[in-house]
Amino acid sequence: MADETKAPAPPPSGEPKDSQGKPNPPSVEPVPAKKPGDPAAPANPGAPGSVATGSAPAHHEAAPAKPVGPAATEWHSEMVSRLTRQYGSGIREASTYLGQNYMVVDSSLIPELLRLLRDQEQFDYCVDITALHYPEKEKAFEVIWILYSFAKNERIRVKTEIVDGQVVPSSFSIWPTANWLEREVYDMFGIRFDGHPDLKRILLPDGWKGHPLRKDYGIIQQDNEWVQINLGIESGQ
Amino acid sequence: MLDYINSYLSDTVHVTPGEAGNFFWALVYIIAIFAGLSVAVIAMNWLERKILAHMQIRLGPMRVGPHGLLQPVADAIKLLLKEDILPSEADPLVFWLAPLIVVWTAFTVFIVVPFGPTHAVTDMNIGVLFMLGVSSLSVLGVVTAGWASNSHYPLIGALRSSAQMVSYEIAMGLAVVSAVLMSSLNAEGTGTLSRIGLVQAQEAQQTWFIFKFFPLGLIAFFVFAVAMVAETNRAPFDLPEAESELTAGFHTEYSGFRWSLFFLAEYSAMIAVSSIAVTLWLGGWLRPFPHALTGETWDLVFSLFPGITFMFLAAITFYSVARMPKHPYFRVQTIGLAGFGAVLALIGLALFAPPVRDRIQDVYWFVVKVAGFMYLYIWYRGTFPRYRFDQLMKVGWKVLLPIGLGVLILTAVSGIVF
Amino acid sequence: MPDATKFLSHLELGETDQTFLDSNELIINMGPQHPATHGVLRVILKLDGEKVLGTECVIGYLHRGVEKIAEHRTYTMFNPYVDRMDYVAAVSNGLGYCEAVEKLMNVEAPPRANYIRVILTELNRLASHMLWLGTHALDIGAITPLFYTFRDREEILKIFEKYCGARLTTHAFRIGGCLYETYDGFEQDVTRFLKFVAPKIDEYEELLTTNRIWVERTKKVGYITADDCKALGVTGPVLRASGVQWDLRKAQPYAAYKEFDFDIPTGTNGDTYDRYLVRMQEMRQSLRIIDQAVGKIPEGPIMAKVPKVIKPAVGEIYHSIEAPKGELGYFIVSDGSTQPYRVRVRPPSFVNLQALDQMVRGQLVADVVAVIGTLDIVLGEVDR
Repeated sequence: MADETKAPAPPPSGEPKDSQGKPNPPSVEPVPAKKPGDPAAPANPGAPGSVATGSAPAHHEAAPAKPVGPAATEWHSEMVSRLTRQYGSGIREASTYLGQNYMVVDSSLIPELLRLLRDQEQFDYCVDITALHYPEKEKAFEVIWILYSFAKNERIRVKTEIVDGQVVPSSFSIWPTANWLEREVYDMFGIRFDGHPDLKRILLPDGWKGHPLRKDYGIIQQDNEWVQINLGIESGQ
Repeated sequence: MLDYINSYLSDTVHVTPGEAGNFFWALVYIIAIFAGLSVAVIAMNWLERKILAHMQIRLGPMRVGPHGLLQPVADAIKLLLKEDILPSEADPLVFWLAPLIVVWTAFTVFIVVPFGPTHAVTDMNIGVLFMLGVSSLSVLGVVTAGWASNSHYPLIGALRSSAQMVSYEIAMGLAVVSAVLMSSLNAEGTGTLSRIGLVQAQEAQQTWFIFKFFPLGLIAFFVFAVAMVAETNRAPFDLPEAESELTAGFHTEYSGFRWSLFFLAEYSAMIAVSSIAVTLWLGGWLRPFPHALTGETWDLVFSLFPGITFMFLAAITFYSVARMPKHPYFRVQTIGLAGFGAVLALIGLALFAPPVRDRIQDVYWFVVKVAGFMYLYIWYRGTFPRYRFDQLMKVGWKVLLPIGLGVLILTAVSGIVF
Repeated sequence: MPDATKFLSHLELGETDQTFLDSNELIINMGPQHPATHGVLRVILKLDGEKVLGTECVIGYLHRGVEKIAEHRTYTMFNPYVDRMDYVAAVSNGLGYCEAVEKLMNVEAPPRANYIRVILTELNRLASHMLWLGTHALDIGAITPLFYTFRDREEILKIFEKYCGARLTTHAFRIGGCLYETYDGFEQDVTRFLKFVAPKIDEYEELLTTNRIWVERTKKVGYITADDCKALGVTGPVLRASGVQWDLRKAQPYAAYKEFDFDIPTGTNGDTYDRYLVRMQEMRQSLRIIDQAVGKIPEGPIMAKVPKVIKPAVGEIYHSIEAPKGELGYFIVSDGSTQPYRVRVRPPSFVNLQALDQMVRGQLVADVVAVIGTLDIVLGEVDR
């Protein structure tokens, strides 16, 4: 399962192992009526969230009771074994969740592994590059490459975890589409990409301060100074 | 003055006021042309919007006046009242001068346009040359407009315009020369550049030049018809003002009254080049079949056409009146439309009067032929996408120019052989 | 795989002074206020006469922070927001989002809902392509097709309006299926529309396909190879016109697309004319799909059993659909609460727009307009 979401405390991982590769048959455990009494509970045993395992450690006792939820399982494939053979523990995790494969790799592998994926594993189409911010974690950012192979009709995700301020090698020379995608990640998260030809803001204006998709950036927050100077709005809003 | 009126009313003398050296009457004609042209541009504006709208399954202007008849007036008032913006970086004198040059050239060419054998300001013996020369001066206004705006889009528009007008003028000139050659096929063997003379040559040779040496005349006419669209910067050759590329081309920075001068000039240039086409190939003011259908009866039939046309327009108007919604809100509009119809009907009735209908016939046929071209202009605009610049040049230099040259040579050869 | 450096914009601003008198090169700004940039796109063009030496796109004028908003809304509340991205194909956006959340919750929409979804999405594809055709032709100077396509698009919007009350930003689907049952006469309306629109598409083609000026303006303009498309991540009709027969509806079928028989039209040259032909063919294929779907809408519920409060398990999902513009993907991360931890939208227009520089370099100013039109971008989606 997506381990990055276990930021606050490590939940029991991978307990139920009943999903293999393909998504489960619609495992609807619908109890539409929400149990009254614990409105704040993030994982009410009867509520839909509880089909997951251990979304919050406080309700840990509920997890064994309903073990049918989807969970990440190990991703076995020739490619993964090849990669593990080559990089060893650099491939931290290779899992399947809801039928979608992803691997978490060490950030030191990044340009090399991606190039290998493109050249040898035929992942010739970089669908998307994006990032996630977990302020509580030590490695606060996760950069995600979504790759697709036209030849194999297969989609994978490659993830790596970095600390705030760490520079990620750019994949522009691997997939030129990364140009704008990395600029957007930089714009929104402030993650710098090393070797990017023209790393500057793309959606926000050049002089803007702050990176809006970071979790510590409020939803109504904006760069008041920029607004006052450039738009001439005194209040800044 | 009285001499001129007498000579005008007597059927024997055919001179234009300029030729007769009658400045007063020349002035009257100039004012009449100026007013008529302005009305024609306003009518063109309304017609273009309406015709285009109906080609594009919409109604066009419907709000200002019945069926939007007052829309051009409202537009004119709006344009006159709008702020006249002078870009701060522009060259004020040239910026101010450019629309004047364009309008001046557009109106000047009309002094040699023969609406009839006697209905012209003057009959210049180099009329065609004068017209081509003056109308090509308008490119000067366009270039200065683009230059003086000191802005990128107008500059590109002006450059496109100058290149385009210069290249198409050559093809246009070749086509004109072949028509002039045709006019020399008479006993004396001398052609004429006088536009009245050209029409009289067609009358003497008993054929419109478009049918002369078939298909040579037709091809020359075709070359001219394409080149004249390019000359006037209209679709599909409207690159200098290509809306989707250059916003508005050379007049991007113009607003209000100055912009309306460009507008006026564009439409009067359209009328001017159409009038050349009409005089050179379509028999000018000659009525259809002036030699085949002769005699008192046919003369009478054709002389009734102006009145019939106006009565027909009046009938359409009254039909529209009958179809107006029967609602108090539309009462004023209905009455207005009925009044308009009544005016048309009165004009039609007046045109039935024998002295008027004989005098007005030549003007009528000339205007009808020009109006046909105007309709074509609108039709092109509704149908064609826009050429790209290199393609435009290709059409001008690699297609029209060789064809024009070939037609010219063949015409000359045919003139000797036949 | 082509060398990446060739995709770099060769626009070196600052080197050329903005006064154009002492230089052969001209820097002009196309947009953000320009008739042919389809919204607030700004393209900086470096010109040598009419020839384009380099371009740079400046985007973000319509940035509304949709992805940030998503993190502060519940899954259900965010649903209408996705309609505002590609607002000419709102139904496709909604379908992508709903299916992504359903996948994240491991729920499947019932067959009847899937059929309704397919019909509406394909109608929306038609509407989007019609709007594209009209504006594209307008950019190239043919003003009339715009009104023809708007007339016919109106019929689609009428069906949307009758179905869910909205015309443009429809919010037609809900997580788990559809909220609304088809109205009485829905099938008849759609069938009537199919009969109505098939000759209209022929009419558009009559106006343009063999029009000499249209062919000259679009052939060999904005050429892009299949390899360049893949390298730049360009998808949708642009990719297919370059000869790659790839359509997510076939490659990774979603909704009920598995059950229909349709072709993927492809081009060979990868130029503007081929893209035009591909989209025209796609419109016909959409008609085929709708025709098959409307005849056999299964009976049954239209909503899966979805709890009132949507709380997917901790995890993440990437789901993409074939939107009219290309691959529209949603990457949703759930932290187990009622609000998504992160919603990333993979917008086709944004990625496709990147190819503009590659496609117009060395061509003329007029081609820039044609290429912007042929890329079929919607700035709401580019900027989000």
